[in-house]
Amino acid sequence: MSTQTAASVPARPPAVSAAGATALSKVYGEGEAQVVALDSVSVEFERARFTAIMGPSGSGKSTLMHCVAGLDSVSAGSARIGDIELSALNDRQLTRVRRERVGFVFQAFNLLPTLTALENITLPMAIAGREPDRRWLDTVVAKVGLSERLGHRPAQLSGGQQQRVAVARALVSSPEIIFADEPTGNLDSRAGSEILAFLRDSVRELGQTVVMVTHDPVAASYADRVIFLADGRITDELLAPTAESVLDVMRRFGS
Amino acid sequence: MLRTALRNVLAHRARLSMTALAVMLGVAFVSGTLVFGDTTVQALRGASAKSLENVAVSVQAETERAETGTAPDGEAGGGRTTALTSDLADRIRTVPGVASVHPVVNGTATLAARDGRPLNADNSWQNLATNYAPDNGRDGRDSRYPLAAGRGPLNGGEMALDRRTAEKAGYRVGDTVRFAVDGPTLAKRLVGTVDTDDPRVTAGGTLALFDTGTAQRLFLRAGRFDELAVGSAPGTDDERLTRAVGALLPAEGITATSGARLADEQAKQIAEGTKGLTRMLLVFAGIALFVGVFIIANTFTMLIAQRGRETALLRAVGASRRQVVRAVLIEAALLGLLASAAGFTLGLGIATGLGPLLNTGGAGLPDGPLVISANAWVWSLVVGVGVTVLSAWLPARKAARIAPVEALRGVDQAPSPSGTLLRDIFGGLLAGLGVLIMLYLSAQKDGSETNIMIAALGSVLTLTGVVVLAPLLSRPLVLLIGAVTARLFGVTGRLARENALRNPRRTAATASALMIGLTLITGLNVAGGSIEAAVRDEAVRGLTADYQVSNAGSGGIDPALATRVARIPGVTDTTPLASSVLDVRGEFTTLAGADPRRLGEVSDLAFRSGSLTDLGPGRIALSGELAERTRLSTGDTFTGALGFDAHRQKLTVVGVYQYSRAIGHAIGAMDDVLPHADGGKLDSILLKAAPGHRASGLDQDIRQALGNSPLLQVRDQEQLTEAESGMIDEMLGMMYGLLAMTVLIGGLGVVNTLAMSVFERTREIGLLRAIGLGGKGVRNMVCLESVVISLFGALLGIGTGVFLAWACGSLAGASLPAYETDLPWARLGLHLLLGLTVGILAAIWPARRATRLNMLRSIGTP
Repeated sequence: MSTQTAASVPARPPAVSAAGATALSKVYGEGEAQVVALDSVSVEFERARFTAIMGPSGSGKSTLMHCVAGLDSVSAGSARIGDIELSALNDRQLTRVRRERVGFVFQAFNLLPTLTALENITLPMAIAGREPDRRWLDTVVAKVGLSERLGHRPAQLSGGQQQRVAVARALVSSPEIIFADEPTGNLDSRAGSEILAFLRDSVRELGQTVVMVTHDPVAASYADRVIFLADGRITDELLAPTAESVLDVMRRFGS
Repeated sequence: MLRTALRNVLAHRARLSMTALAVMLGVAFVSGTLVFGDTTVQALRGASAKSLENVAVSVQAETERAETGTAPDGEAGGGRTTALTSDLADRIRTVPGVASVHPVVNGTATLAARDGRPLNADNSWQNLATNYAPDNGRDGRDSRYPLAAGRGPLNGGEMALDRRTAEKAGYRVGDTVRFAVDGPTLAKRLVGTVDTDDPRVTAGGTLALFDTGTAQRLFLRAGRFDELAVGSAPGTDDERLTRAVGALLPAEGITATSGARLADEQAKQIAEGTKGLTRMLLVFAGIALFVGVFIIANTFTMLIAQRGRETALLRAVGASRRQVVRAVLIEAALLGLLASAAGFTLGLGIATGLGPLLNTGGAGLPDGPLVISANAWVWSLVVGVGVTVLSAWLPARKAARIAPVEALRGVDQAPSPSGTLLRDIFGGLLAGLGVLIMLYLSAQKDGSETNIMIAALGSVLTLTGVVVLAPLLSRPLVLLIGAVTARLFGVTGRLARENALRNPRRTAATASALMIGLTLITGLNVAGGSIEAAVRDEAVRGLTADYQVSNAGSGGIDPALATRVARIPGVTDTTPLASSVLDVRGEFTTLAGADPRRLGEVSDLAFRSGSLTDLGPGRIALSGELAERTRLSTGDTFTGALGFDAHRQKLTVVGVYQYSRAIGHAIGAMDDVLPHADGGKLDSILLKAAPGHRASGLDQDIRQALGNSPLLQVRDQEQLTEAESGMIDEMLGMMYGLLAMTVLIGGLGVVNTLAMSVFERTREIGLLRAIGLGGKGVRNMVCLESVVISLFGALLGIGTGVFLAWACGSLAGASLPAYETDLPWARLGLHLLLGLTVGILAAIWPARRATRLNMLRSIGTP
């Protein structure tokens, strides 16, 4: 595993892990049809950092995210959120962990069509039966620029606006970690860069932890750190990436 | 296209299963009814054919009234006679070709069981009695009644019983059997038991046999018969024999009918008799299928919406609109065919069970092998397939209208908002017209044929209008119910409400299927409950007597018994009542006769004008209704015709009172009535008990004092009320059972809709799970949506049912003056609970599916 460290990276305090995996394996199917999606992956996602996971299709990047986020079970090894060992939890406990400690932004279909933007944003708290912190809610809503559209249904919002609602929903409960799965995959570049800026700002200004799966080098360049996956293994890592440096690493893969 | 259709049926078998189940249940009902009808008619025909097997010619005569003196032993004879004599029988025996002549005497005799309780006294017409007439030249046996034990009765001290009757009553050969023909108790020794297939007996009646002389003395007159059953020698032409016998008959009023014709007539009567029942069952089957239509149409609408892109692709690669329609219709036909076949099989089970079920209610149907006519299965298949294909017609046309470009669109189309103005206006017109008709009806005051037709029209219009308006009504009602679920269950309740609101047409169609069943049940309940309350109110109104003594048969009560009752210790006031037919200006009514002074002790008739004390010879009082109908009022005099002999007499109206069932519509003096009463007998005796005697078995004392005849009825007010209202309960119970089927089918519709919704919302459910909604939350959400839809249907149904029952209440009008719409709140609450239960049960399976969805795959599917 080679590590490129750019000289311009500012010194940071010792990183504390918000989530991570140790010797994590995920195997689908049995016998002849067996597919190893993750092969003994160990990784840490530091608190208050923006980490991107990159890799070609089938590299296992989404599986890694799903396992660490408690959406999928693991075949071997362990996955953690904070100090909670996920593989020891049953479905009810996993649901609780997701509800209380994790925020999600998916590529598409992030919102319930029957609820307004505001109701979608506060949905996780409504499920948990908690009242949202009014001031924090206003801050988040103002940050993603949705103040005028809170009463609209998803069908009345553009794709970019819908993703902003999704980001706001992830932020509003101040989770320990936000997982974003190709959050800009369905957006044009302008709307996409807005979303990425929001995610980056939430890390820089609000101290949020974000892990994002993407295959877009430009999107990855918004992160503090990029992890590269291929064939279920971590092959590379890049700190303070730029679109060019990410592309370089990818080209090296390809050849 | 056939292959596509077949593949589609197979691919969606889980989702089509509810639809198939709905069709199946409806068809099962239809086929069950048809097979049951055929089986019953066949069994009854078999029984009647068997009883006529050995009858080549039947000679019958008109019954005449006979002047009879009262015989000392109480065997008074039937007070009637015929022109059929032993002489005539002997002469018929000489006709060439005649092998035997069975002279028959018919009557009824009600038995007391061994322990003293009366046997089937309430249906005394079913308790047959006839003569045991040994065949000629045989060893003293009557071939019509094969002996099961003992021998036939030979003299006036002996009798025989049907085997089942003897078992029911607990009698064995050698016992003394107590029975009554029309009044007093008689006793004879049981010397034998016989077997019979007479449907009246197999259905719960009894059969008593006497030797011919005794039967004649009991029911007719010495030497006379009701029928001469002629048996023919082998090789005789029955028609020719009938003519030969006919030529021999002396007097007018005697006819000879061939056995074949008699069997034909009986069969016709039987078919006519069972037609009513079969028709009613078919109406319920029709309702069940009608409810099924909603489910089928809904299913295909949903399936086609889901397959939108698939259909568009078919269109894009060149399928014509017609081909798309045809594919859907073929799919529907296949489904209908499979479901109908299964339904028919189930129907055979229903047909098997229906007979015994109805017989426990006293329907009196004989047993017989199942008769499956071509008619039954052809109709079942036609109805099942027809209903399914017709229901799929509109959705199929909608499918054909899907534009080929839809195939190219990446995202699913949101369902188009469906509040079309035209539909709402149409529904509003229908419902409005229906409501107007019902309001007009509610102002009417009688149950004439025209008004019943108007009621049917108005009800159908109102119900259809509400069904058409249901999508419009769904929003406010679902919001209302949803407000409750949201308050109780928080976010899952709110999501459930929003989901139910999402597609108003689908919600409305689902709820409508449930609503129809509940409308009918509620309407029946309100009307039935109101009728029952009115009957209970009327049954003993105006009556202050503690007991009524009467005869369950047609014999009346001997006037001499009244004085015997008065002497029983504990009896304080006795008032004998007699009755006679009275023609009041063309209105036939019953004139009750009593001693006016004594009547006041056992009744408190509410007089509007005049009073009880004004009654006397030639002076009568009328009920308010009768006075109104005949335009008579206090002070008027008219000439009435009394009794069957139409004795003309001048009568003056001296009072008008509120109708009382115990007294009737007219009351006069005993001396005017008794001479014209049937057989010179009393109708009933009303009596009061001294304080303290009521509870101490006074009724048993009265029975004993009057000879404990099984026909004797001694009933207190409560028993009188029960006797009037019990039948209504029984009938309502049966109808509820039949309507429960429609609710069941409605429930299947809810299951269906929910399963579809869960399927369509896979990604939403996945998302909700990802952001932290637990399995229980998902289950709650689906369940609450189901409850919201079901309660919506229940509210609509209950509301419509109450309105229709209220409006139809006027039909009770004149025949039941005490009728008032009586809202059974507890039962209505129960119906709402029923809706809730259907909702919860219907959600079980869809909710399980929803919680078991794979979260990642759900979200992943773009």
